Amino acid sequence: MSTRVCADADEAVAGVEDGATVLVGGFGMAGMPVALIDALIRQGATDLTVVSNNAGNGDTGLAALLAKGRVRKVVCSFPRQTDSHVFDELYRAGKIELEVVPQGSLAERMRAAGAGIGAFFCPTGAGTLLAEGKETRVIDGRTYVLEYPIKGDVALIGAHRADRMGNLVYRKTARNFGPVMATAATTVIAQVREIVDTGTIDPETVITPGIYVDRVVQEATA
Amino acid sequence: MTTDSPAVDTGRGPLDKHGMAALVARDIPHGSFVNLGIGQPTLVADHLPAGSGVVLHTENGMLNMGPAARGDEIDPDLTNAGKVPVTELPGAAYFHHADSFAMMRGGHLDICVLGAFQVSASGDLANWHTGAPDAIPAVGGAMDLAIGAKQVFVMMTLFTKTGAPKLVPECTYPLTGLRCVDRIYTDLAVFDITPRGVAVRETFGVTVGELADRLALPLLPAA
Repeated sequence: MSTRVCADADEAVAGVEDGATVLVGGFGMAGMPVALIDALIRQGATDLTVVSNNAGNGDTGLAALLAKGRVRKVVCSFPRQTDSHVFDELYRAGKIELEVVPQGSLAERMRAAGAGIGAFFCPTGAGTLLAEGKETRVIDGRTYVLEYPIKGDVALIGAHRADRMGNLVYRKTARNFGPVMATAATTVIAQVREIVDTGTIDPETVITPGIYVDRVVQEATA
Repeated sequence: MTTDSPAVDTGRGPLDKHGMAALVARDIPHGSFVNLGIGQPTLVADHLPAGSGVVLHTENGMLNMGPAARGDEIDPDLTNAGKVPVTELPGAAYFHHADSFAMMRGGHLDICVLGAFQVSASGDLANWHTGAPDAIPAVGGAMDLAIGAKQVFVMMTLFTKTGAPKLVPECTYPLTGLRCVDRIYTDLAVFDITPRGVAVRETFGVTVGELADRLALPLLPAA
């Protein structure tokens, strides 16, 4: 289905259900879709599983969603940071589940979900705690771990610019997980700084083609 | 044929973190593609000479990363793996996370430099989790780098603050990767992990014999 341009972030996140798996873009705050997360807080969905590189920074964005008690489980590579106090308190109080995934496996598992790959053998983590209980195979003398896809019900991503067909352009390292998550969820919602007329983005520079994007919204400019 | 030669005692005392970073920088070949782990390895960038041709990779999707951003250069869209604002150098390239880690696992990076809690005599690396009951585990990209880069350099103090060796017969902390470390830069010595065992390349204010006693490990002369 073609991309819908939403009037505001509340319209963009409408319909997210309790218990959903939500892929949240960003590496730290770079690329974090804060306006969409704030709208999701207002929308009220709870018991969520969030897949993101980190488990919130400071008190805004993903950290704010955690602080509201809406997240049952976080799947991430690097929860512990100098400014992850919201997650740290919830985790130490036993109020949130954590699944730590090596960062490259996190990305590749979502890539697999988006690319129709049923599973893949990956050398990362072989012989470590993070591979415990997972099937392994020795290929050409090296041990690989069988990793399954991570598919989201919803992906919330931040990009720099979109056209009305949902073609996305990112900016610098704020790209990070956006293009991968955009392929890996049933409903993909992008917030951008600017929506431009279709035809004004050079097709050679499109990073996420609009086929992956269901809804797009321009961040409110304060 | 090469013959064993005694490790060089440089006569210098224990190195500080800048001294270790300078040694690592000295040993990175011209034109290498390099990933520097967060924390002390980041300091290596400050010691690369002008014209080194070294291209820095950052896991969050960039090649030819420049130094830390200052003042007006600070851009929230441009950070390094430690979320510190950085700059781009001419010839920089951006890419998404799956590509960034494919570069690691695919063997395209020449060297990564990582910190460590422990390294074993066979090159096992432990640097992500202390295993303590109240610790929050966080692995980031360490496991991907450890098994992906063509050469893995570790930069660490040789002993903990309480004097326990960090180069050990077998790691007691949870592992990051098995048999993945090639070289260890420490405040007291530089070691190579070889198929024959741990070889000492150079020492700083200590003899190989003294090190072998304190580490309770057999040490080979540099090859």
